[in-house]
Amino acid sequence: MAGGRADALVPFDEALTRYEPLIGLETHVELGTVTKMFCGCPARFGGEPNSLVCPVCLGLPGSLPVANRAAIEYTIRIGLALNCTIADWCRFARKNYFYPDMPKNFQISQYDEPLCTNGWLDISVPDPGAGGGARQVRVGIERVHLEEDTGKSLHVGGATGRIHGADYSLVDYNRAGIPLVEIVTKPVEGTGALAPAVTHTYLSELRDLLRALAVSDVRMEEGSLRADVNVSLSPRGSGVWGTRSETKNVNSLRSAERAVRYEIERQAAVLDSGLPVALETRHFHEDSGVTTAGRSKEEAQDYRYFPEPDLVPVAPSREWVEQIRAALPELPSARRARLEAEWGLSDRDFAAIHNAGAVDLVARTVEAGASPADARKWWLNELVRRANESGTDLTDLPITPADVARVAALVASGELNDKLARQVIEGVLAGEGTPDEVVAARGLAIVSDEGALTAAVDEAIAAHPDVAQKVRDGKVAAAQALVGAVMKATRGQADAARVRELILARLGQA
Amino acid sequence: MADELTRMSAAGLAAAIAGGEVSALEVTDAHLARIGEVDESVHAFLHVAEDGARRAARAVDERRAAGEPLGPLAGVPLALKDLFTTTDMPTTCGSAILNGWRPPYDATITQRLREAGVVILGKTNMDEFAMGSSTENSAFGPSHNPWDLTRVPGGSSGGSSAAVAAFEAPLAVGTDTGGSIRQPAAVCGVVGVKPTYGGSSRYGVVAFASSLDTPGPLARTVLDAALLHETMSGHDPCDSTSVDAPVPPVVAAARQADVSGLTIGVVPELGGEGYQPGVLARFGEAVELLESLGAKVIEVSCPHFSYALPAYYLIAPSEASSNLARFDGMRYGLRVGDDGTRSAEEVMALTREQGFGAEVKRRIMLGTYALSSGYYDAYYGKAQQVRTLIIRDFEAAFEQVDVLVSPSTPTTAFPIGERVDDPLAMYVADLCTIPSDLAGNAALSVPCGLAAEDGLPVGLQIMAPVLADDRVYRVGAAVEAALDSRRGHPLLDDAKGLG
Repeated sequence: MAGGRADALVPFDEALTRYEPLIGLETHVELGTVTKMFCGCPARFGGEPNSLVCPVCLGLPGSLPVANRAAIEYTIRIGLALNCTIADWCRFARKNYFYPDMPKNFQISQYDEPLCTNGWLDISVPDPGAGGGARQVRVGIERVHLEEDTGKSLHVGGATGRIHGADYSLVDYNRAGIPLVEIVTKPVEGTGALAPAVTHTYLSELRDLLRALAVSDVRMEEGSLRADVNVSLSPRGSGVWGTRSETKNVNSLRSAERAVRYEIERQAAVLDSGLPVALETRHFHEDSGVTTAGRSKEEAQDYRYFPEPDLVPVAPSREWVEQIRAALPELPSARRARLEAEWGLSDRDFAAIHNAGAVDLVARTVEAGASPADARKWWLNELVRRANESGTDLTDLPITPADVARVAALVASGELNDKLARQVIEGVLAGEGTPDEVVAARGLAIVSDEGALTAAVDEAIAAHPDVAQKVRDGKVAAAQALVGAVMKATRGQADAARVRELILARLGQA
Repeated sequence: MADELTRMSAAGLAAAIAGGEVSALEVTDAHLARIGEVDESVHAFLHVAEDGARRAARAVDERRAAGEPLGPLAGVPLALKDLFTTTDMPTTCGSAILNGWRPPYDATITQRLREAGVVILGKTNMDEFAMGSSTENSAFGPSHNPWDLTRVPGGSSGGSSAAVAAFEAPLAVGTDTGGSIRQPAAVCGVVGVKPTYGGSSRYGVVAFASSLDTPGPLARTVLDAALLHETMSGHDPCDSTSVDAPVPPVVAAARQADVSGLTIGVVPELGGEGYQPGVLARFGEAVELLESLGAKVIEVSCPHFSYALPAYYLIAPSEASSNLARFDGMRYGLRVGDDGTRSAEEVMALTREQGFGAEVKRRIMLGTYALSSGYYDAYYGKAQQVRTLIIRDFEAAFEQVDVLVSPSTPTTAFPIGERVDDPLAMYVADLCTIPSDLAGNAALSVPCGLAAEDGLPVGLQIMAPVLADDRVYRVGAAVEAALDSRRGHPLLDDAKGLG
C-alpha cells in the first residue's frame, strides 16, 4: 500500500449525506475474432508464451498492419446495440509511449475519430430503497473505439509485482495485437447511494449484451473484459465536480462495485479534511478491497497521437452498417421484456431469475417443454442450491435445460413426485445419465400398479390394527400414519394422494 | 568478356541468358568480380552475398536448361538497398542499432525479385534509416561517387546509385521518401524512379516516413528501370496503402520513347536562384530538346512548392519519431547497458543513445516536438495542410500538361564532408524531389548531360500524375535516346572516377 498508511474513510451512508458521486466507466473488451487485429495470427487465449506471433504483431522492422474486417464489423455491431452513431469515415491513430510489452512502442488505437459515438444503454438497477424493486437508469455512451491489445508482462521478484523493483521481467506477446474495443460512458450522475450498484449492473448488462452479440466470450477473470472506474464527488448543492480518480483494470463486477464504494468513502474523507482529491490512477486490491495510488496524472505522458499512416481510413458503407443492424440478434433487455411477458411471472420472480443469471437456462427449459413456473422452480429452488453447495456456476452444472424439462414432465405426468424428482436430479448431476436412465437405474418410478399398492395398504392396515380402527371410527386424520407406513414400504415411490384414497376406501371412509 | 557483361543493360543480359549465349552464373560471377575489384573504392555494398547470388543464378540456369519459361529479368543481378528485409542477409538500414540483425521474413519486393529469378548480389549502403542525401549518415561509412570518388553518390539510396554507376550491378532497388532515389540517381548519372505512392509494396521495407516511403528502381537505362518497375510493383495485400490497380504499362512506354503531341510544363518554382548554373544550362537544353522532339512546352506555376521542404521536415520526422520508437534493444538488434543493475527504461535509453546517429536523433527530436500536445496543430497539422495545397498545385498543373519537368537536384554531386555539419544545406539537395513525395505522384530522374563547371552529371526530373507512371518512362526514354544518339555513347562511359 502506498506509504504503508491506510486511507482515512468516511462511512458510505454518511459520505452520501454530504457528497454526490459522479461515475464514469471505461471498459476494454477483447473481441472473439478468429485472427488478431492487424495480422493473421490466431486471437486465442493461452498457448505457449510467444507462440502465437508473427513479424506484424511483434512489430518487427518493415512489418505493416492490415485491419481485420471482422473486428470492424464486431465494433459496429457493439455500437449499434449501444444506440451509437457509426462514423462514415474515421481513422486509426498511433498512441506513442515506451513500454516493453508494446512491440512497436506505440499502440494502434483511435483518438479523435472513434468508430462509434454518442449512444446509451438502459439498465435496471436493483434498488433496496424501492422495496425490492428496480430503478431504470440510462447510461450515456460517449464512444466505442477499436484498438490493439498489448503483450503481457510478468515482473518477477520485487514486492509489488510491477516493473519497478522487479528482478527481471518476462514478456509474452501472444496477446499483442488481439482486437480490443474500448467502451467509454458519459459521466453518470444523480445515482447517489446506487452508484456502486449502477456500476455493477452496467457492467453485467454490458457483459450480457456482448455475449448476445457474439463478439466476445467476455471472461473477466481471463482479462477479456477489463474496466477502468472513474469516480469523483461533488459537495451536495455546490454544483461543482471534484477531481476524479481512475481505478485501472478492475477485473470483476463485484470488484468494480467495491472500488466505487471505496473511492466514495476515501474521497469524502479527503474532501472533509479540506484537501483536493489528487488526479491520479489507482489500483484496486481484491484481497483488501482498497485502492492505492498509482501514476499521478500530473506527470501524465503526452501520447503524441497522430493518424496512423500505415492504415487507410475506415469508411463503412451505409449499406454495410444497415446489413449489420438488420442482423443484430435480439438484445438482452428486449429479450427479458419479451420473456417476462410470455412467461407471465411476477416482476419479482422474473428479477430473481435474472439476478441468478438463469434467464437463458429457464428460457431453454421452457423451449424444451416445461412450464415457465416449473422451469423457474427447478432452477431457482433446487439447482441454485446445488450450485452453491458445489461452488460452481449455475451454467456449469452438468445438467441440461432439456434434462430439467424432462424431470418437470415426469412430475407433471405423475410418474415422479417432487421428492423423487430431486433424487433424479441428484443422479443426473452425479453423471448417472439422463433423467430417464436415472429413473430406470435407481428404480425411482412412482408405484402406480394398483395391485401392488393395495397389497401394501392391506399390509399396513394389518400391521397397525389400532390405527385402522380409529380411522374406521371416523378419525380420518389418523390415516396419515398408515400413508406413512405405505410410503415407507414402497420406499417413497408411491403417489401419496392415491395411497390415502386407497386406505380410506379400504376402511370405509371414502 | 567479364567486363563486357558488367557493361551490358539488364534487358541485354536477360536476353543473352534466355538465348543461352551466357549463363546466369557467368553474369553473376562477372558482377561479383567487378564488386571485388572496385567496391573497396566505391563502398556501395554493406553486404555481398556471393554464395546466395550464385545459388540464385544456378537456379535460373537450371530452369532454363529444363525448358521452363523465364521472366524478363531472370538471371540479372541486382543490388538491394539495406532497408529491405532479407532472410538470408543482414538488414541494417545503415544503422548501428540493427547491426547484424537478420530478419525472419522477406520483404514483399525481396520475394518478388527472387520469384522473378533476379539475382540479389547484396545489400547496399544508405544514410541511416534513409535519412540523408549523401550516405554520409551511414553508420558504416559513406559510399563514393564513381564519377569522382571524393564526392558523395547522393542519398539516401547512394549505395544503390553508386553500384549501378560503377557497373557493380545493372539494377538496384532503392526507396524514395524525399528524393532518395531520384537525387542519388541524378548525381551518379543513372536513371531513378519514384513510382506512385502505393504502387510498390512497403511490406518489409523498414519505415522512415510511412506516408512518403516509396520503393523504386535504379538502372542505367530507362527501359531497364521500367523492367524492374514492372517486376517489383503491383498490389500487395500485406500493405493496406498499396494501390489495388494494375501496374501502369511502363515497359511499353519506355519502348515507345516518343513525346510528340505531349504538353510538358516547366515549373518556375523549381529553378533559378540557388541552382548551379551548369545544372540550369543542361536543364534548359533538355527542355529545348523535348520541344524539338515534338512536345509542346509551357510554364506552369506551382506556387506552394516553395513550402514543400519545411512541410516535409515536419511530416517525415513526425512519422519517423514514431516508426523508430521500436528500436529499443528489447527484442532485436543492439542492446546497451543490460548488466542486471539497470531498469528496462535505462537500457532502452542507453541503446538508443548509442545506436542512433546524430541525424536520426535530430529527426526523432524534431518529430517528437512537432507531434507534442500543444504544438501538433501549429506544426504537424499545418504541414498536412500545406501538403494538401501541394497536391492541389499538381492537380491544377496536370489539367494543363501531361508531365512537369524540373532539374532533379539544385547542384551536382557535392564533396564528401562539405555539408555534414550543415543540415539545412544537406536538406536543400531534395528541394526539387520533395513535392512529388508529398503528393504521392510518379517521378523519374534521367541523366541530361554534364555540368560544364565540374563535369558531373545532371538529372532531368519528369513528374506525372498519380498512377500515370508510364508517362515519366515515355518522356524519359525519349530524352535518353536523343541524348545518347547525339553523344554517340552512353553517358556513363565518361565517368572517370574509377580510372
